[in-house]
Amino acid sequence: MSKSEGAEVVLRLDRISKSFGALKANDSVSLTLRRGEVVALLGENGAGKTTLMNILFGHYVADDGEVEVFGQPLPPGNPRAALAAGVGMVHQHFTLAGNLTVLENIRLGTEHLWARRHPDARGKVERLSRDFGLSVHPDAKVCRLSVGERQRVEILKALYRDARILILDEPTAVLTPQESEALFATLRKATGLGLSVIFISHKLHEVMAIADRCIVLRHGRVVGEVDTHATDKGALAAMMVGGELSLPRAEARAPGKVLMQLDSVTTPDHGAVPGLKQVSLALRAGQITGLAGVSGNGQAALAEVIAGLALPSAGTLSLHDARITDWSPRVALSNGVGRIPEDRHHQGSIGDFDLTENAVLEAYRTRFSRRGWMNWRAARAFAQEIIAGYDVRCPGPETRIRLLSGGNMQKLILGRAMASGPDIILANQPVRGLDVGAIAYVQGQLIAARDRGAAVLLISEDLDEIMGLSDVIHVISQGRLSPGFARGSMSAADLGLWMAGQKFEGADAA
Amino acid sequence: MRLEPIANPTAARRLGLPVLAIAATMLIAMVLALIAGANPFAVLGQIARGALGSKLAILETLNRATPLIFTGLAVAVAFRAKLWNIGAEAQLYAGAILTVVLGTGALGAPLVLPLSALAAMLAGAALLLGPVLLKTRLGVDEVVTTLLLNFIMLLFVSYLLEGPMKDPLGMGWPKSPALIPEARLPRIVDGLRLHWGFALAILAAIVVWVIQTRTALGFEIRAVGQNPEAARFAGMPVNVVLIKTALLSGGLAALAGWSQVAGLKGHLSLDLSPGFGYTGIIVAMLALLHPLGVVVTAIFVAGIFVGSDAMSRAAGVPTYIADMLMATALLCMVLAILLTKFRVVRG
Repeated sequence: MSKSEGAEVVLRLDRISKSFGALKANDSVSLTLRRGEVVALLGENGAGKTTLMNILFGHYVADDGEVEVFGQPLPPGNPRAALAAGVGMVHQHFTLAGNLTVLENIRLGTEHLWARRHPDARGKVERLSRDFGLSVHPDAKVCRLSVGERQRVEILKALYRDARILILDEPTAVLTPQESEALFATLRKATGLGLSVIFISHKLHEVMAIADRCIVLRHGRVVGEVDTHATDKGALAAMMVGGELSLPRAEARAPGKVLMQLDSVTTPDHGAVPGLKQVSLALRAGQITGLAGVSGNGQAALAEVIAGLALPSAGTLSLHDARITDWSPRVALSNGVGRIPEDRHHQGSIGDFDLTENAVLEAYRTRFSRRGWMNWRAARAFAQEIIAGYDVRCPGPETRIRLLSGGNMQKLILGRAMASGPDIILANQPVRGLDVGAIAYVQGQLIAARDRGAAVLLISEDLDEIMGLSDVIHVISQGRLSPGFARGSMSAADLGLWMAGQKFEGADAA
Repeated sequence: MRLEPIANPTAARRLGLPVLAIAATMLIAMVLALIAGANPFAVLGQIARGALGSKLAILETLNRATPLIFTGLAVAVAFRAKLWNIGAEAQLYAGAILTVVLGTGALGAPLVLPLSALAAMLAGAALLLGPVLLKTRLGVDEVVTTLLLNFIMLLFVSYLLEGPMKDPLGMGWPKSPALIPEARLPRIVDGLRLHWGFALAILAAIVVWVIQTRTALGFEIRAVGQNPEAARFAGMPVNVVLIKTALLSGGLAALAGWSQVAGLKGHLSLDLSPGFGYTGIIVAMLALLHPLGVVVTAIFVAGIFVGSDAMSRAAGVPTYIADMLMATALLCMVLAILLTKFRVVRG
């Protein structure tokens, strides 16, 4: 039983669906929010949280379904209507003008250019800031404020516009623990005063601390809705990443020798995103090593080290038993490291280049040019080889890559990475956002590479994928790496505890 | 109103909009002529006649186009890598200085012409090296540094012409001594005022085009300009590519100064360039950064300037109309480029 059961329903999303091409970002998602309630929207990246909130806020138009605020249907595709109906959103990336004061930022956009100034804006802001415990000086310049203070300004901005429903998108991603506590205190005051809050997050302990109810999204669908006091972190983690095993499983193999070795590797933190903390990891031939974890726990740092984009600030990296000192993407490539980057649009491809140019992006110096002259004929033949060999559906090698679907783009990148016969393969979120057919294809190729004797590191936030494919599973949390668990030795719930970071404390104490 | 990206603009959109931009420029020019109190059709006609109406006019236009092809190429090469070189004017003067230093007797025939061209290119390249190193090492915005170097260079030239490089026989005018005859670029046809610099400019455009489409460096330049993150991930040395681009760009801009001094003026003075470096930006943008397109747009732009001079004498409309035309053309073209990539949506 939720504490606000029976209270007035302030927001109702009814069977919202939204597709982008073949990808169903939201599939018949329903949600109700009551007066004075905090509902957490939980899910991994790409689960559909942001799409859903963008539909509510009028940035996207849903293919199907309805939005009702305070019993009134909300016209689709109109951000002003959402604002007028009392929905306020605090984005992950703040939208403040640094050279203006707090008060000016709050009033910005609320008044017509020529209208007379609101006579008591300052009074209202001071009153709100007192009532909600949002202490910030109205005349301070925003560029002088800390991140936590800026967030308070964003919330004040929403409250100033008489928001009755607050949507917070990953509000604690940039906050220190103390600032997060202060935010939670504010949210408790707000709900006490009758406001309702949707709290988007994938941090389990925060959801447990602040939310009354929790809705879990996965692959665009609601996979669970629970009262937070009737559940625990492990169960939420399992729900979020999926405990049921449905994807293709790879048969176990006897592991070969170590091809790449990380010893006590440490990298610097980037703001709130942790770097690696004394990570030791061995990638073995003929083995898929799965890296599970909630996003933003150091996966990106590990991927950067392996891909050649960064050297550890402490610890050593060895390749084929030789210690690496000179390390760059080019050195990685020439040493047989194949890389599938996390972000295929920004790292993996150049949108306005055609398939031929994208296909030779990594090998243009070694295979497709002589004395600085490009051999475009060979390049085109190579692109055609990948298109045929990896089932890339496209009009031809002259097509610009950004016109391809995510799945076909990924197949080209996969083909490019595999072409040189790499014996170490970094696959960072290789199937995120792909449709079912492409997922099976890409995963099949990774298994085939392993069977050929390659060492594969699979980084994914999808536990099903990790458990289905990996011979060894490590969990990363706050930049720390768990011991390796052999296939089948851990349940999803066990891994969930590691992902939540609890097991690390136990291990540290022991 | 907001802008929505267009995934795949149609050919009609990609080619039609630039044409529309030129048409819009003409229309605005006619309004300007009307405001100046002249018959707009007559003004446009006189500009066209002044630029192309006689053999003399055509040669004058091609002469004027020569430095614009070089500076236009310099800008096009740099902008392709998203290296914003606004300093072609300074690099032009750097080239001109070296041409005068080597061409006034320091070197003799027959090597003085190629060596002075080479030295000019090195000087221009060196001048852009500073800003690009500041950019790659410290993240200093090259727009600011290259732009400000233009003023520093102009003052430096002014100092040279009043001091160490002043022509003792110049009756007090701030100009350098004249080049020796062997250091001058010959005319393509005897008796006609068109010098070999024009042919070399076209050759340079072809060379740049070949570099961009056929070489690994050209591939790198385009990749770094389109998506530096992907270029870095793929193993391209992004900073090295930027430095190479800068050297090429600075060298091309310096050739504009070399060809003006060696081909046309024969000496260095402060009126060597009426803003060829800045006009090169317009030339490059109108050509959508295509090196062969630069030749066409440079001749077009030169024609407008030459034609406006003639028109001004005949119609009494100030020559400033040429500058306004150029500015309008640039704005229309930038808008056209924007609208090929985005469409305007209400709401």
